[in-house]
Formats: sequence, C-alpha cells, structure tokens
Amino acid sequence: MDALVEADSLYKAFGPIVAVDGISLAVRPGEVLGFLGPNGAGKSTTMKMITGFLEPDRGSAKICGHDVQTEPLIAKRRLGYLPEGAPLYAEMTPRNFLSFIADIRGIDSQERAKRIGTAVERAGLDSVLDQRIETLSKGFKRRVGLAQAILHDPTVLIMDEPTDGLDPNQKHHVRKLIREMSAEKAIIVSTHILEEVEAVCTRSVIIDHGRIVADGTAEELMRRVPYHGAVTIRIPEATEQAVREALSGHGGITAIEIVNKAKGQTDLRALPNNGKAIVSEIAALLQEKGIKVNELFVERGKLDDVFREVTAGQEGASHE
Amino acid sequence: MSELFRTTAIIAKREFAAYFATPLAGVFLIVFMALTGAFAFYIGNFFERGQADLFPFFAYHPWLYLLLVPAVAMRLWAEERKTGTIELLMTLPISPWAAVLGKFLAAWAFIGVALALTFPIWITVNLLGNPDNGVILTGYLGSFLLAGAFLAIGAFVSALTKNQVIAFILAAIVCFLFLMSGVDLVQNGLRTWAPDVVADAVSSMSFLSHYQQIVRGVVTAQSIILFVSLIVFFLFANVIAVGEKKAA
Repeated sequence: MDALVEADSLYKAFGPIVAVDGISLAVRPGEVLGFLGPNGAGKSTTMKMITGFLEPDRGSAKICGHDVQTEPLIAKRRLGYLPEGAPLYAEMTPRNFLSFIADIRGIDSQERAKRIGTAVERAGLDSVLDQRIETLSKGFKRRVGLAQAILHDPTVLIMDEPTDGLDPNQKHHVRKLIREMSAEKAIIVSTHILEEVEAVCTRSVIIDHGRIVADGTAEELMRRVPYHGAVTIRIPEATEQAVREALSGHGGITAIEIVNKAKGQTDLRALPNNGKAIVSEIAALLQEKGIKVNELFVERGKLDDVFREVTAGQEGASHE
Repeated sequence: MSELFRTTAIIAKREFAAYFATPLAGVFLIVFMALTGAFAFYIGNFFERGQADLFPFFAYHPWLYLLLVPAVAMRLWAEERKTGTIELLMTLPISPWAAVLGKFLAAWAFIGVALALTFPIWITVNLLGNPDNGVILTGYLGSFLLAGAFLAIGAFVSALTKNQVIAFILAAIVCFLFLMSGVDLVQNGLRTWAPDVVADAVSSMSFLSHYQQIVRGVVTAQSIILFVSLIVFFLFANVIAVGEKKAA
C-alpha cells in the first residue's frame, strides 16, 4: 500500500539557524513511527511542516497523497494532530471543546455523540467532562488533546510527545491506546523516551541537527551498539583470572572487559566477533572448568546507547 | 464558500462564548456602561444642554473606544500564540479566513452587545423630549462602524505579538493615529516632509471627522466606504500576519 505520510526533503531555517535540513520520510498504514532526537534536533519543526502548520522553505509534505500546502483542507481532514505541550482552550470544558472540534470537522449530528463518546472513552475523560480545562491536571489535559486528535478517526495521526509529563500509569495507557489504533493508520510519535519506542513503535527514525541519522526497527538500531550480543558474566572476584583463562582460547570472543566490581563480585563482559551468538559456548566452557557463575546474560544493547552514539555530535554525548 | 461561512460561524461562536467565560466580559460591559453614562451626563452636560439628542453621548465614544476596543482585541491572536492553541486551530481543516473573520465578528458582536446595552439612554431621551430617532440610529451605526475599524486594527496588531500588553499599546497608538489623522497634531508633523497630496489623503481618512458627520446624521457613501474598506484591509493584513508569524 502507498505511504499515507510522505515528506520530501523538508528544509526549514529560522534566520541563520537551520532547524530541519532535508528530511524525507514515508509512513505506511499500520506503521507507528517513533521520531527521536535530542531537544532542538528539529523534531517539532518537522512535525509542524508535515501537518501544514509551518510552510517549509524547501521540500513538501503529503498526507494521504494531498500536499499540505497546496491542498491544505483535504489533507487536514485526514489528519489528527496533538501539538507539543497539548495546547487547549483553557476556559472551555472538555465536553464543549470536543463539540467545537466536532463542529469544525463537520461531523454530523448522528455521528457526533458516538464519535465524542468513543474519543472520551479511549482517552478516559468521563470523570472530568464538565470541568474547565484550566483546572485539570497535566495528565488529563494531555488526554483531552489526545481525544481531540482521534475524534474524527483520522487516517494519519501525528503526536508530538504524547506522554510527556504523564505518570507511569498514564504513559502505559496512552501507549496501549496507540497500539490499539495502529492497525490501519499511519502514526508518527515524537519522543525522547526511548523505552516508548520499544514499547509502541514499529520503526524509529533518529534525527540530529535537522538530519536523519538512523532509521530502522528498534532491533535493527540496537545492532549498531558495539556490545550488541555481548555476554555479561557475574562471578566471585577471586575467580576472575580462571574465567579469563577459560575463555581466552575461544575464537568468537574479541575482548573481555570489566564492567563493574562490587561486594566481592566482578562483572565481566565478553564481546562477540560480528555479533555472533556466544552465550551457550561460554556457558559450556565455564561449566567444563567447574567455575561457579552467579549470573549470565546476553546484552541486547540499549536504544539509549544507539541514541547517544548517533547523536553525539560536537557537543559530545551529553544530550538528554 | 458555504464551508467558509460554516466554519467562520463556528469559530465566531466559540470566540464569543470565550469572552463570557472569563470576567473580561462583565468588567468590560460595566466599565463601558459606566463611562458612556458618566461622559454623557457629567462632561457632555446631557441635561443642562436642554436638547433632545444624544450628541453628548456619542461624542465621547471615540475616546472610550481608544481604550476599550484594543482591550477587547488584544487577546484575539496574542493569546493563541502565547498558549500555542494557534497550532491546534491552524491545523484544523479551516481556511485562515474563517479564523480571522470568525474572531473579528465575535469581538464585533461583543461590542455590539455593549452598545445595545446603552438603550436606557435612548429611552431616557425619548421620555424627556422628541429626539430625531433617525439621527440616533445613524449615531449608533457610526459608533459601531468606528468600533469595527478599531477592532480590525487591534486584531491585526494582536497577530503580530505573543504579548497582550504590547498588542494593547500598539493597537491604541495606531487607532489614535487613524482617529486623529485630520487634526493639527498629526497634520503638522506630516506636512513638514510629505507632499500635500499625501497629507490631504491622510486627512480625508480621519476617523474622527467621518464619525462626527455620521453621528450628526450625515451618512455619506465616502464615510461608509472608508470604514468598511479599512476593516477589509486590516482583515487581509491579519490573514497575512497569521500566516507569516506562526513560526516565531
């Protein structure tokens, strides 16, 4: 099937600062794209251009095949958007606010109650429907923003940091919601919480300084970490030398390094050659020598490390 | 086209309700009633003049509007930009014209309500004498048009900034210049460097002289066209400003 969201070499500069420098993306139905990057990498600016809020200096964006700049109304009808910080009209109640959105979107009176009902239920807003939005907690405000974005059951859903400021339960709820809706939609979620990407995204794109620096599934990205597939062995301190000797002859291991020493225990990490699976061989070797092992596990590599590696530019690895 | 009307009406409805959702509406209406009354009765010598007309009432509207209309207009766009709701609004499937027109019409209707609530003074003058109600009607028309022109200026200025105080002050200054463009203060400054044609043109756009004519019952096409075209001009500028300044 064709891509529902297509961005083609988007470029945007604010004065001398280049915010987005040639980003191209395609998101197909069923895909949940995680949009990652350090603060100021250009995530929000890119999303603002894809949603048609900002006009790109160069390049174009299409929603369901309609250019957001030349056919804005058709494109925006198919789009649900939760802007950064979930801005809302504070003096309205969620009920009035959602009615307003339904009116604007031209949802007819029969559909309306049903659609609002579904959105309210999905976002879990029943208890606060008639409270002014300004009196709601941050979590509820975010959910009102979410309800607004999914009200018309859009084909394309774009959310800028949907779980920012939510507590762990609320985060879990929102992620569940995204997974439930992902079947026929194309969804883009920006975040800097990496566990979120593993939890909900089918693919992730990491951007830095306005450029795409990595694109792939979480698994593919994690393979880029040097110790992907490494085996960490926790042993009593005294047996360190014996372990090193036992493993020294194994050709699949390129290096053994000390990760941590504490409370009489040592964590050693054996790095594999070309990411080959070495855990069963290590286990067998150690058993053969009768070495007692407290823990043994395979490192998958963390998305954090991928993130740090691909976005560590001149500022070093100190990005959030 | 019908889609534009439909969405404009929905925006206008929401904006109009937004005025009443905060204390702003109440404060504004009370201040407006109190000041129009005070000006008419104390400064305008409504009773002492011994004439059955509303000149003392209408005479002070331009000065009141100078203060009050920018206060009504300042939140229209500056608040949307400050809170970020402009991003929500402008990614809905509406034309920028629907948003600009809807907001303007809501604010204009709000001032219309304030103006309509001054009806007791109209009843009073009819009880005391036999005024020319036609002239009073044109007075209300002139007042409403002047408010509309100030409002269009205020809405445009509001789209230029996130800061409502700046929006208020700038709008008041621009409105003042348009109001006073016929008087010596502005004309003397202008004639030192601008050719007479320009100075005359500016003078002919003076809100104050056109307003005073309408209030006296002299409704000319010129005056109506001036107010209407300035409203349209500033709404156009507003649409452009909303498109250009979203990013910042």
